[in-house]
Amino acid sequence: MSHKKIINVALIGNPNTGKTSLFNELTGLNQKVGNYPGVTVDKKEGSSKLQKNLKAIITDLPGTYSINPTSLDESIVLKTLLNSKSEKKSDVIVVVADIDNLKRNLLLFSQIKDLEIPTVLAINMADQMERKGITLDIKLLEKELGNDVVLLSVRKEKGIDELKKAIVNTYHSAKAFPLCNVNNRIDPAYFDRLKEINPKYSIYELWLMITHNSFPDTISREEKSALLNFKNNSKNLKKYQHKETIFRYQKINEILKNTYLVDRSKASDLRSILDKIFTHKIFGYIILDKIFTHKIFGYILFFAVLLVIFQSIFDWASLPMDLIDAGFANLSSYVDKNLPEGVLTSLISEGIIPGIGGIIIFIPQIAILFLFISLLEETGYMSRVVFLMDKIMRRFGMSGKSVIPLISGTACAIPAVMATRNISGWKERLITILVTPFTTCSARLPVYAIIIALIIPDQKVFGVLNLQGLTLLSLYILGFATAIIAAIILHKTLNVKGTSFFVVEMPDYKLPSFKNVFIDVVEKTKAFIFGAGKIILSISVVLWFLASNGPQSYKDVEKNITENVVHQQLSQHKINQMIASSKLENSYIGIMGKSIEPVIKPLGYDWKIGIALISSFAAREVFVGTLATIYSVESDDEDITTIKQRMASEINPDTGTRRFNFPVGMSLLVFYAFAMQCMATLAIVKRETKSWKWPLIQLFGMGTLAYICSFIVYQILS
Amino acid sequence: MTTIASLHIGELAYISEESLNEIPLKLLEMGCLPGAEVELIQIAPLNDPLYICVNGSHLAIRKETAAKIQIIKAK
Repeated sequence: MSHKKIINVALIGNPNTGKTSLFNELTGLNQKVGNYPGVTVDKKEGSSKLQKNLKAIITDLPGTYSINPTSLDESIVLKTLLNSKSEKKSDVIVVVADIDNLKRNLLLFSQIKDLEIPTVLAINMADQMERKGITLDIKLLEKELGNDVVLLSVRKEKGIDELKKAIVNTYHSAKAFPLCNVNNRIDPAYFDRLKEINPKYSIYELWLMITHNSFPDTISREEKSALLNFKNNSKNLKKYQHKETIFRYQKINEILKNTYLVDRSKASDLRSILDKIFTHKIFGYIILDKIFTHKIFGYILFFAVLLVIFQSIFDWASLPMDLIDAGFANLSSYVDKNLPEGVLTSLISEGIIPGIGGIIIFIPQIAILFLFISLLEETGYMSRVVFLMDKIMRRFGMSGKSVIPLISGTACAIPAVMATRNISGWKERLITILVTPFTTCSARLPVYAIIIALIIPDQKVFGVLNLQGLTLLSLYILGFATAIIAAIILHKTLNVKGTSFFVVEMPDYKLPSFKNVFIDVVEKTKAFIFGAGKIILSISVVLWFLASNGPQSYKDVEKNITENVVHQQLSQHKINQMIASSKLENSYIGIMGKSIEPVIKPLGYDWKIGIALISSFAAREVFVGTLATIYSVESDDEDITTIKQRMASEINPDTGTRRFNFPVGMSLLVFYAFAMQCMATLAIVKRETKSWKWPLIQLFGMGTLAYICSFIVYQILS
Repeated sequence: MTTIASLHIGELAYISEESLNEIPLKLLEMGCLPGAEVELIQIAPLNDPLYICVNGSHLAIRKETAAKIQIIKAK
């Protein structure tokens, strides 16, 4: 074998085995994580140093129970594995298993082995063996499996070096032979004929190709049609698949009989006692589940959980958000006063600083949302929600699994759309993708937050509930309700075929690991900030340019005003204000805003809001940043105030009252609730549905709805 | 025909050999094998899906799937 310094290693395993934590542990934080927060839905890669001259490129594959796919997520795994002997080959595959469900994990392992790729079995959560009363004879297990086995405890950072050694050993020895030889047990003659068609591949690989119509990229057309031809003449594919699985379990039971023993009566420490209570048959699975999935209490609890989440977002985040807002306003004026006057200073104080402020201000709300989603998933409650909601969601053409994208959508539609990949029915998945952007994502939050703060009084109702918080909650409900109504319409009208299959594992209830939750929140928030941040910052700079440049009329502003007011008794301060305001009106962006003003006037908006709307079509949150830029260009530098104060003092010249009054505010809230204003989401929907048809339907459908509803709201209220 | 869909909460049964070819592959792979003990733990509101424990795995499946899996009730 030729000596090479970089090898490819793929991680594969059931969901909930700690595979992603292992990936983090091996590659550190400098991985190429999918750009978006959310569970492992995309191929993630990172590098890890195995030993002095040997580096590994590690790929984290989506979690799966078996190679045989029932969802898009799982077909990615199959595709990668079938390609593993081509140039994109994996030199070693690490199957991550957890000690508790070893039997079920070994099914996947046995399938991988039969692909005849060098494999390491890594058994995670080994630290829990003792208190769960499990004993495992590693030496014997290695012998029976004919494979390296490593015990790991990723949470405690144990066994990582041993795993690296095992990867290196397995790579050098390149042992690769099937574990089960299923062909001999089912219909040897049939499988011999299959092998004859194409001896280049192992029997199991050929078997997977014909059962799933999934082929390696390198296969020639003749080879492919020969296999398809063979498939069309086979009658018993399904029966053989069943036999195969049963045979695999027989083999696994045989192996585990002598190596894996469980004595549940042994156990210790406080955490494990709590864990023991949660996983106890009577308390955990009977009592807790009786409450969480109860016909009435289950829904009340779920609704209460949502209420707590949304109330917290508004309450906990408001103080840090105000501080951030004020902090950036101060920084901006400080820079303006202390740097020499000029284009660069103006770019920094009016373009870049407000732009960055517009990104940072998200952190409190996003972090709180991710914190709750992470907690719900870690504790195992999320699966119960799926169980509770499945029948209801099916009436709307979705699946219980659609609840997770819809809730994740409250953070960001991008990971939510990607999280639909584990929904097996195409129609259920498509509807979920199409309606998810109606849920209130965190990019809408800053918009809602500032408008609510302007038009809704900060009062308590019934002594406890905050009126502003309630308004926000109503907007969330509006978003969900619209998503549901849209889903019903799509369910009735879409003529899309596809069978769906639903099975959800209900994991043990467990106390969340606060370290895991913390890392999760930090990573997701970081990914979001840097992903969305680039768009926000670049748009801020473009806006600054458009607002501080213009055609000839822009350049003449100063001269005209100075000439016009020369005989009036006006203070220099007043004149400066008039110049700034007139300049904005005549700048490029002012011209853009004015040209759409006739269209948006019936909604109660002026050209300044028009500018914000235009830039929002790149990303909603830019609304706040845009207004910040517009008003900071406009305002006199002597009295820099926060954006909220600036918006509150904005006057509508037609009526002489506040621009952001109740009807305009409500109209804007409705517009932002419905309109599809996120380029990034449209791009993801295009990628996930493999067609421009669906994102265009979203863009125009949602846009029309937004316009009509805002029009009605404004006309009724004003 | 006795299937998982006809179990009462808390009732135990064994999956029979007869319906083997009707059991979706995915469920087989998750441990829903002939001979395995199955218990109905909870029925969701609106009577669907069903929450079962089979072969040590806790799973939620839809009623239409459950109705395909024949069982022998434990005495």
